[in-house]
Amino acid sequence: MTPPPTSDPILRTEHLGRVVQEKVLVEDATFEVRTGEVLAIVGPSGSGKSSLLRLLNRLDEPTSGTVYVEKTDYRQIAPTDLRRKLGMVNQRPYLFPGTVEQNLQFGPAQRGESLAQNSIEQLLARVGLKGYAGRNIANLSGGEAQRVSVARTLANSPLVLLLDEPTSALDETSKLEVESTIQKIVRDQELTCVLVTHDTAQAARLAGRALILEAGRIARLGPTNEVLHA
Amino acid sequence: MLKYFSTNQLYLGLEQALIAAMAAMLVVLLARKRGIHLESETLIAMVRGLIQIVAVGSILLLLLRGPRWTSGFLLAGMIVAAGATSARRAKGIPDAFRVSACSIAFGAGSVIALMTWLGVIDTAVTALVPVGSMLIANSMNTNGLALNRFRADVLAHVGEIETALALGAEAKNSVSPYVQAAFEASLIPAIDSLRSLGIVWIPGLMAGMLLSGARPVYAAIYQFVVLAMIFAASGLTSLVSTLLIRDRIFTAAQQLSLQPGR
Repeated sequence: MTPPPTSDPILRTEHLGRVVQEKVLVEDATFEVRTGEVLAIVGPSGSGKSSLLRLLNRLDEPTSGTVYVEKTDYRQIAPTDLRRKLGMVNQRPYLFPGTVEQNLQFGPAQRGESLAQNSIEQLLARVGLKGYAGRNIANLSGGEAQRVSVARTLANSPLVLLLDEPTSALDETSKLEVESTIQKIVRDQELTCVLVTHDTAQAARLAGRALILEAGRIARLGPTNEVLHA
Repeated sequence: MLKYFSTNQLYLGLEQALIAAMAAMLVVLLARKRGIHLESETLIAMVRGLIQIVAVGSILLLLLRGPRWTSGFLLAGMIVAAGATSARRAKGIPDAFRVSACSIAFGAGSVIALMTWLGVIDTAVTALVPVGSMLIANSMNTNGLALNRFRADVLAHVGEIETALALGAEAKNSVSPYVQAAFEASLIPAIDSLRSLGIVWIPGLMAGMLLSGARPVYAAIYQFVVLAMIFAASGLTSLVSTLLIRDRIFTAAQQLSLQPGR
């Protein structure tokens, strides 16, 4: 775990909220994510962690407030560009049928680009899957599939990586593999991350700051050790 | 056997309808034993269908003596009814009725217009209305199948679709495999009808033409003509409806609005 950086915010939410059929999912969430830091969003099931993450890359529409990405209101950014900037990895990898390489090419292909072979190998090396490019996704283990999913998101060169419980559907061995992959990527590239997890130990291992969510509202926000042991 | 009991054609028809309906209800009862409840839906559909076909038969009787342009109104009415019927297969999708009616109007309407203009369909009310109704009815079925399949596929693949969106895909690209699958699946009945023509079934139109004195070879060829037109109308309808419905399951900010439980 690294201490929280003091750089400018790359992402800032302002009174962000979402209410669906009178049910409050997220309420008045104001916080910022600084360049190069890992911010953990922690809370029990149903506290609104995933709902908050989905608001950050606008997979869902806020019913109040907004998000600023590098000081620009994200409603001014085309959704396709916004989602490339704020790359998301889900709890389940949802790989597309085909090979690992085809999955990695998906994001760049959406804007008419193609990744060179050495870029693919570099991406796979970063997630510890060197030589996996030609493998069919049907032959991957759960942990390998999740690491391909991380590499696929990185193929879009995101500004911020949004991780939605990336290890919660994995067994203990795969969980540690994926976690160490995330740790390595964050450390080597100083990539900004927002990690949703219900696992406070994982938050303590990976994040410099933590945000505790309770019933959709921010209960505490600050350095991980202080917040988790408050 | 019924002929021995009924000499009046109307009574004979009602008795035949009753026996056929009993056969259908027998299947419903068998389904009920397996826990599938279709009773009320089937009963209502049968009563409705019988009333509607008798009503249309009576109107047709009047139209046969009317001017040719009246068939246009009748076909337009059929398109609206077909749109309303197949829109029920797209629960949760906004504008389903408008999409269905427009797709059927475009698919069936353009084929009817073109074929009438080229002389493939006779402009007489007695030819245009029955043939046109066949194209509309089949387009309605195809449209219903396409919408139903598309809706089911989207609801079953929300994770994959949102993953594609999260990777920067345009909304239309994120559902393109399901648009294609819906289009292909909806055309299976039309393709199978063409493929099995004359072997598995001899359709009613050909039987009717033979009964009314047409030459058997011409009746057979015209049956193929009708099925080819049905395929064209159904294909166009499905193509348009899947493209129109695709855009309606997303918000302006390219968020998937068709979600389970929403």
